[in-house]
Amino acid sequence: MVEVKNFVQGETGEWEVIIGLEVHAQVASQSKLFSGASAKFGGEPNSQVSLVDAGMPGMLPVINQYCVEQAVRTGLALGAEINLVSIFDRKNYFYPDLPQGYQISQYSDPIVGRGDLLVEVDSGYTRKIGITRLHLEQDAGKSMHDQHPNKTFVDLNRSGIALMEIVTEPDLRSAEEAGAFMAKLRAILRYVGTCDGNMEEGSMRCDANVSVRRPGEPYGTRCEIKNLNSIRFLMRAIDYESGRQVRLIEAGGSIDQETRLFNPDLGETKSMRSKEDSHDYRYFPDPDLLPLRLDSDWVAGLRERLPELPDAKAERFVKHYELTEYDAGVLTSETERATYFEEVAKGRDSKQVANWVIGELLGRLNREGISIERSKVGAAGFGKLLDLISQGVVSNSLAKKVLDEMFSTGEEAAVIVERKGFSQVSDEKQIEEYVQKVLDENLEKVEEFKNGKDKLLGFFVGQVMKLTGGKANPQMVNKILRDLLSK
Amino acid sequence: MDLDKETVASVAKLCRIEIQEQDLTPMAQELSNILSWIEQLREVDVSSCEPLSSVVEAELKMRDDTVMDGDLAEDVVGNAPDSTNNYFLVPKVIE
Amino acid sequence: MGAKNSLVGLTVVEIRDGLRNGDFTVRELVDDHIHAAERAKNLNGYITETPDLAKDMASKSDDKISRQELGSLEGVPVAVKDLFCTKGIRTTAASKILDNFVPTYESRVTENLWGAGAVLMGKANMDEFAMGSSNITSAYGPAINPWKRESDGDDLAPGGSSGGSAALVSAGVVPAAIGTDTGGSIRQPAAFCGVVGVKPTYGRCSRWGTIAFASSLDQAGPITRSVHDAAIVLEAMSGHDRRDTTSVDRPVPQFEKFLSQSIKGLKVGIPKEYLSDSLPTEINKLWGDGGLWFKESGAELVDISLPHTKYALPSYYIVAPAEASSNLARYDGVKYGMRVSDKSLEQQYSKTRGSGFGPEVKRRIMIGTYVLSAGYYDAYYIHAQKVRRLILEDFNSAFKKVDIILTPTTPNESFGLRDKLDDPVAMYLNDIFTVPASMAGLPAISVPCGLSGTGLPLGLQLIGPAFEESRLFQFGEKLERAAEFSKKPSSYVG
Repeated sequence: MVEVKNFVQGETGEWEVIIGLEVHAQVASQSKLFSGASAKFGGEPNSQVSLVDAGMPGMLPVINQYCVEQAVRTGLALGAEINLVSIFDRKNYFYPDLPQGYQISQYSDPIVGRGDLLVEVDSGYTRKIGITRLHLEQDAGKSMHDQHPNKTFVDLNRSGIALMEIVTEPDLRSAEEAGAFMAKLRAILRYVGTCDGNMEEGSMRCDANVSVRRPGEPYGTRCEIKNLNSIRFLMRAIDYESGRQVRLIEAGGSIDQETRLFNPDLGETKSMRSKEDSHDYRYFPDPDLLPLRLDSDWVAGLRERLPELPDAKAERFVKHYELTEYDAGVLTSETERATYFEEVAKGRDSKQVANWVIGELLGRLNREGISIERSKVGAAGFGKLLDLISQGVVSNSLAKKVLDEMFSTGEEAAVIVERKGFSQVSDEKQIEEYVQKVLDENLEKVEEFKNGKDKLLGFFVGQVMKLTGGKANPQMVNKILRDLLSK
Repeated sequence: MDLDKETVASVAKLCRIEIQEQDLTPMAQELSNILSWIEQLREVDVSSCEPLSSVVEAELKMRDDTVMDGDLAEDVVGNAPDSTNNYFLVPKVIE
Repeated sequence: MGAKNSLVGLTVVEIRDGLRNGDFTVRELVDDHIHAAERAKNLNGYITETPDLAKDMASKSDDKISRQELGSLEGVPVAVKDLFCTKGIRTTAASKILDNFVPTYESRVTENLWGAGAVLMGKANMDEFAMGSSNITSAYGPAINPWKRESDGDDLAPGGSSGGSAALVSAGVVPAAIGTDTGGSIRQPAAFCGVVGVKPTYGRCSRWGTIAFASSLDQAGPITRSVHDAAIVLEAMSGHDRRDTTSVDRPVPQFEKFLSQSIKGLKVGIPKEYLSDSLPTEINKLWGDGGLWFKESGAELVDISLPHTKYALPSYYIVAPAEASSNLARYDGVKYGMRVSDKSLEQQYSKTRGSGFGPEVKRRIMIGTYVLSAGYYDAYYIHAQKVRRLILEDFNSAFKKVDIILTPTTPNESFGLRDKLDDPVAMYLNDIFTVPASMAGLPAISVPCGLSGTGLPLGLQLIGPAFEESRLFQFGEKLERAAEFSKKPSSYVG
């Protein structure tokens, strides 16, 4: 493991930034954790609320088995210990979007224990980040403070939705690492299908604990930045906060342990004006719920049925398809990409496929902000385009134009090639004619070439391509040019 | 176990129950009496013992992940002292 | 059938037989009980009466009977403690904070009653949020015990928290009522009012729709004038509910079948720890009589020890308030119930709860909040739950030696409504004999067995192993037969 130092430069020297994350990932379930109301996004106010979610008198929680399963599968995907006995605790506090006056969570005995995640950082190294624990808890409802001058509107649709809280060890050392961690975690959650990772819709959000210290010294006081709902915001918030803390300490001040919010418009974190000095949540085991006991055989079965995870898949791509680590990484960063790639690569040259998927397809999709599942060009159609290239029917450069057309019209590659007359000219006689024409029109250059100006070959090739509208088979043009020029 | 006024005031704040200034000391007295009486539990040797959180000898029963509830916004909001368009209304919370 | 109120005072068994034989109609039965309620109005047994609904239910019941469709409680007028949510009918938990709350749903236990054909006469008075042993803490004024001392006409407490339910049954206003028992809240008022009360095993009845006080202790149960009646009502109330995962998935026995079973050769445990110097002589004597009656029926008395008995009450007063402090956090004036409006949300919470809850509820929430708070959790809550396990283990060991346990139900007779008002702990001591079975989740019954020197009823308690309510009825019937407790209170309207 490479020990990479990411120090922040202060006025008085170097500072190390210590970051730990608490990620809240919504379980991709139909109904809520303890009630049968829908967990779908959106919905008319208070329409996805059962009597249990509304905290009506006499209501009781019943746990959703699917949510338990997804928490275990996520833990397994993180290589973490699964705790066969875990307890649900009540976290007691008052807030309008917390109808029962407590949140059902897990405090002392979470369902998942220690694990870790291998994170590839863009700068080119990997770090193993420790996972402290994962537990299940209820989401709170939504309070809207901007609908009315002196009233807050409360919608409990979200109240009771299943969240997995994933806590990392304070192992992250830079905003970049934190961003890479979130991207990797998101990929894994989407791989196992336990969370859709949609940060805009709030199905995945995180809190960042940030502190600074002089290298080698004990941990400094940390501040918690809450409710970051994009990786970009996370990274910017960390950069700002670490800078703020360094400046404060170097100016002679000290850090107050507090909760802060990131303002994306200003790019700053600000302390939350909280009414309570301390939060005494008075955790105790929820007496309405018995301890959760998992069968070890059942857990083993879940482990066996886990899909191939990103790291294993990337390793396999490197071995089996002979791709570079980088390419394998890009192709496996999303399960849909990997699936697409493998389908196209069936019976084709995997390196060519990789180049085209990464270089041409993903680029176009990114530009239009479309995910690969919604690409107009499916794996089968894309594969057929590559076949046309391999068969010499169309040149590489024209194939790119064909792909553009495929994106805009949705037509098949062969149809477009036919329609636009992009078929490659590979007839030797025809090419000879074109080549001869170019040579005849450029006699001085031919002389210069014969006198040693080798670079002019490219010029001749270019002229032939211009003449043929790009359709001449480049390899053949080259060969015939050399033949004719050597005469 | 003697509780003082300040402790009573902070407990009252935790559980959001308003206690008038003049009632703090009497309440502290009552609570202290109750807690003193409870102190006799210290006599019990619990060193060899696990806490009992449920008397039910059973497995935690779970349910399937099907949507079979909700769609009763009128019932949910119907008893609310203040509501509009199926939203609950509370005095504005400033954060 | 000439006298106006001759149908009042019938037991559930007599009603069942009478309706089957066509001796009277449900409508007649219900009308008589509505009149009885009017005559007993001063007892303040009801918070909400439902005469129109009762008449409507009675008509439907008569229709069913004409088609020979009789449920196990067909046509039986019942009072329901105002802690059970009844759809469309105000449910207050005897608290100002729920004064205007109308549930849109029916509790499982009451749903079972209506399914068995019972008729709702009204919501019975109780201690606020089931916290109390006197019915004095109700926001609607205390219910009054139909019994009076021979020596004076003081108003006496019916006990609590199911005081209204017990008073109504005792006075004949209804043949049966349902209550809840958390630390003795069915058994103690039953004993004070001279009627039968049963707390089943924890998990026997569903808690869904029953307003929660202490989740690991609350159980619904019947209050009736005979052991036989209690068996019938409990069977109708019980059963698994998927919406309450603490309710157990066990078949409900036909409790009635066990009433006539012999107890010859069975063993009755007498726990020595229930005897203390402060136990009134007459109660000790009654307890001894109970033992003799069992011997006469062929059972054997066995001395047993339940060493942690005296710690049950103080540990209960940690666990129950702790759970209650959390269960009652939902009463915040936001979603339902009373609200004291304020510009500040925090003030709104505090003012609403400060004026919506009565003093006893506030005390218990404060205690509960305190014992769960940082720094005290291990010392109080965890410690109390450990003591609770020891109490359970005491019973488990005892039940290896005996089949049932006999104790007095209460250490005292009913007291004046104005007594014991200043010292909460003195009030808590009312439950000293009932709390241990609650902490262990075991079923228990109180049977009226005698009268005190001042002419007030005294009860004896039987405690059985988990899910052996049938034993309570088997032994309880023998106790009832031997005790021949037939006196009626002065306010009896039957």
